[in-house]
Amino acid sequence: MKDEQKHIGLHQGSDQAPIQADGLPIESLSLKKDRRGFLRQSALAAMGVALGAKMVFAKNLPLGMIPVGLTPSDDLTGLPGKDAGLIILNDKPINAETPAELLDDALTPNELFFVRNNGIPPENVDVNTWTLTIEGESASQKKTYTLAELKQKFAHHTYHLTLECGGNGRKEFNPPAKGNQWSTGAVGCASWTGVRLKDVLEDVGIRSNAVYVAYYGKDTHISGDPKKVVISRGVPIAKAQEEENLIAWAMNGQDIPMLNGYPLRLVIGGYPASCSGKWLSKIVIRNQVHDGPKMTGQSYRVPCKPVAPGTQVEDKDMCIIEEMPVKSLITFPKSGATIKKGQRLPIRGHAWTAAPGIAKVEYSIDFGASWQNCELQAGNNRYAWQSFSAKLDFPTDGYYEVWARATDVDGNAQPMLLPGWNPRGYLNNACHRIAIKVVV
Amino acid sequence: MNNFKVDFRPLLLLINIGFVLCLLFFGYLVFWDMLAPSFQPAPIVQKSTSTSRSAADDNYDLVVDGIHVQTGLIYAEGFEIVRATCTACHSAKLVTQNRATKEGWTQMIRWMQATQGLWDLGKNESAIVNYLAKNYAPTEVGRRANLDVAAIEWYILELDTD
Repeated sequence: MKDEQKHIGLHQGSDQAPIQADGLPIESLSLKKDRRGFLRQSALAAMGVALGAKMVFAKNLPLGMIPVGLTPSDDLTGLPGKDAGLIILNDKPINAETPAELLDDALTPNELFFVRNNGIPPENVDVNTWTLTIEGESASQKKTYTLAELKQKFAHHTYHLTLECGGNGRKEFNPPAKGNQWSTGAVGCASWTGVRLKDVLEDVGIRSNAVYVAYYGKDTHISGDPKKVVISRGVPIAKAQEEENLIAWAMNGQDIPMLNGYPLRLVIGGYPASCSGKWLSKIVIRNQVHDGPKMTGQSYRVPCKPVAPGTQVEDKDMCIIEEMPVKSLITFPKSGATIKKGQRLPIRGHAWTAAPGIAKVEYSIDFGASWQNCELQAGNNRYAWQSFSAKLDFPTDGYYEVWARATDVDGNAQPMLLPGWNPRGYLNNACHRIAIKVVV
Repeated sequence: MNNFKVDFRPLLLLINIGFVLCLLFFGYLVFWDMLAPSFQPAPIVQKSTSTSRSAADDNYDLVVDGIHVQTGLIYAEGFEIVRATCTACHSAKLVTQNRATKEGWTQMIRWMQATQGLWDLGKNESAIVNYLAKNYAPTEVGRRANLDVAAIEWYILELDTD
């Protein structure tokens, strides 16, 4: 314990409490007590000072930040409230995706729902004191509701809503795009319960000049700067007024997991999940396109006009991503299944779109030379994913890939190759495929 | 009065020695790079076969098969400064999962400086960018890569025959 105090004290001003271990329950952590690492770190810091290079250690390291190598995240073997099967892409901030075969449920269980955090979740959340404030240039008034008031005043609604990170599939872009290298698992569909966003906005009053509705949450920036807003995004006013948008406090009938926005979040289907603000504390009705962190520059934007792979695109030529494209995922079997010749292979999965629905899902075992229809179920509501299934026959033994392709009611289908390259690697809706071996 | 001065000579000598030692120490820090121009092997190197995870957890410097175990970073020239700088704010996983050219890594640094509060890296920038571009360079995969067949875990799927 003496050592720990020294580590924390190193870059701490004086009396401020250290950041509590990146928002994780303290009992799950074991701080490094490696004195040698600590000394080495000090030497590095001294070196930086001696060289005259500006290093974090002298003045930029936030108060209480635990020196590198001593961070609890190094010891992280699991995430609070999450299944151990999630693939952790990044532990500071926490980002974890769900392997395709763990998304087989009709509704994604809370512990299997992916995590895309930009900052550090708030700690010691007290639902009794949690409030939501609505304001902004185009709000008729500023109004604050307690969680209890929200629940008491407005009608409750439950929708099945698919949330997908705008960068899901980034891993496949070439040239590579920076950021978390999501494979296929930054998506899930849960049953969300809350009040309609539009009901609350109308209660406050929307001025006729309203353009955008955006959120602020209670997460904090990984730099430790308490004044730095982590992320504040939004949607156009017309989108905000769709009836499926929820200010939600329940997910699959339970509390929302801490990593997914407990105790209150927005859930807006059809748009990048980054529009669905977590740890929701404030909503602003803007008279302009919202300009919060990660609305501007190149974040959650794609070139307004198609570009060749690798092109440098200026900020002014990047447009905000709105609707997410049609996509599907094969969730059974897990890639790598070996079956005997003559056996029929059942496959299952889900398809989703920002359009009013999915028209069909097809599969191919010959790399797209021929396609067969899957059985497709209706969704519970708009923006819910729709489950599909099929039984496949294989003509000979050998190596196969099963590819799935969804087409939405607007006629848009998934490409087999990667869709348009973009600098940040968003909107990859290329067909999912799994490997199958048929043996004699 | 004279005696008083004499009494203090050994102390002054000690102070002088201390001062010289301090100079030497800071000189070591300042010229560390020059003193060690080529990257030294890791202090502790284990073969992957003899590694247990718990042992790795306890070791700040452990390198196995060229990978620094605690961070997952490739142990090569520039490793120390990359670890010290990049993981001060974010996980090393954000480095190891990305691939880019020198230009691409430099752009990421500029973005972090513009939006995420990253400081001016000064002389360290070139060492950092060189390390990243060398060890985390992009590979050409075309418009769509093959499934990573070598990584597939094949298993027998039990099915009812119908």
